[in-house]
Amino acid sequence: MSLADQSVSPSARPLVKLSNIRKSFGSVEVLKGVDMAVQEGQVVAMIGRSGSGKSTLLRSINGLERIDDGVIEVDGECVDPSQIDLRALRLKVGMVFQQFNLFPHLTAGENVMLALKVVKKQDKAACRAAAEAALSKVGLGHKFDAYPSQLSGGQQQRVAIARSLAMAPKVLLCDEITSALDPELVNEVLSVVRQLAEEGMTLLLVTHEMRFAREVCDSLVFMHGGRIIEHGPPAELFDRPQTPELAQFVGMVEAR
Amino acid sequence: MYNFTLWDILSNLLLAARWTVLLSAIAFVCGGIAGVLVLLARVAPLRPLQTAMKLYIELFQGTPLLMQLFIVFFALPLTGIETSPWTAAAVALTLFTSAYLAEIWRGCVEAVPRGQWEASASLAMSYGEQMRYVVLPQALRIAVPPTVGFSVQVVKGTAVTSIIGFVEVTKAGTMITNATFQPFLVYGLVGLIYFALCYPLSLSAKALERKLNVAR
Repeated sequence: MSLADQSVSPSARPLVKLSNIRKSFGSVEVLKGVDMAVQEGQVVAMIGRSGSGKSTLLRSINGLERIDDGVIEVDGECVDPSQIDLRALRLKVGMVFQQFNLFPHLTAGENVMLALKVVKKQDKAACRAAAEAALSKVGLGHKFDAYPSQLSGGQQQRVAIARSLAMAPKVLLCDEITSALDPELVNEVLSVVRQLAEEGMTLLLVTHEMRFAREVCDSLVFMHGGRIIEHGPPAELFDRPQTPELAQFVGMVEAR
Repeated sequence: MYNFTLWDILSNLLLAARWTVLLSAIAFVCGGIAGVLVLLARVAPLRPLQTAMKLYIELFQGTPLLMQLFIVFFALPLTGIETSPWTAAAVALTLFTSAYLAEIWRGCVEAVPRGQWEASASLAMSYGEQMRYVVLPQALRIAVPPTVGFSVQVVKGTAVTSIIGFVEVTKAGTMITNATFQPFLVYGLVGLIYFALCYPLSLSAKALERKLNVAR
């Protein structure tokens, strides 16, 4: 995806809209009023030091963290702190985790088919076709009957991506999805994400892969101390950081 | 004086052992079914239900089985509910078993990693769907060895019911000893019968554990 796509006119209704999100764990306020909007087809990476609130923010978008205040809106589905039934929201928001979280008692194919069967109530043939398509898309069509324990970390993560994609979400959240992988396995997962980005999938990533963020993302969000303190196109943020915090962060990651 | 042969003794013990087996089976099956219900209530995201089940479990874990048996056998009739030794034994052991199994299984449910809940929640699955398709199947694997291990406790627990006059293998042993004056032989045989019942259970626990681990 090129930067041109980011020009989805700013007046268009954003696919994901966060308004004044606040969240505390006990007495520690981890999100101090975050506003953010993601347009359809945008690829946005959230960066920042650990503890800056980026994972919490990402997890609140599909209700894994209950927010204390603010409103989350995804494609017309609203979540506010009082909301309990998150099913409608979660049908529109897929999520991939750092630890893969595949269901170990099911094969790769069954992992992908489970929610299609029990949540979307699709019939057997439709489930199977969708699962095969999703696994092929991540290059694992031949691993349909393999159990997670028989797959490498990179393959497991690709199955996890296929499992989310099969549900046809409007937006996919990726929470440090390469952080638990051996270095040689990182690229196979990133290339799947890159392919999704090129196909126009709306993606929100928390990542430490700065080169990837720079190459693939339309927009970066820099979080610090529970706030978004800078956002914009990657090149701009990396080359001309406006705040000392971002300058320090960029210096830190580039020194690595 | 009548002379008891070894076969006289053994055959009578084995006849009584049927009731040990039957009582164990009833306690285990009914206790298992009740245990599942207690478990589901114990881990349900509803505070009052959790607390009530916690109390239930604590009550049965915190008092001797013998006392539970006395209460069912002697106290219930005072309230107008007649109980035979059979009913009392079955009811008391079922309640006892359900409490222990629920607690054992709760540990197994909680041993399923948090990420499994999060991943299934992200796929828009409801609590019931998560339990049924993701959490319980995994908890089941973990649960097999301790569950079968506990079934051994149930078999041995039936011995206590001899106190209220239920004639299972221990009670039969006492009665035969009174007639034969051969306690060592008789109780030795009783012990062997218990061992013959329990050892296969332990062995099958191990076999099941191996079998369920294959697909991991």
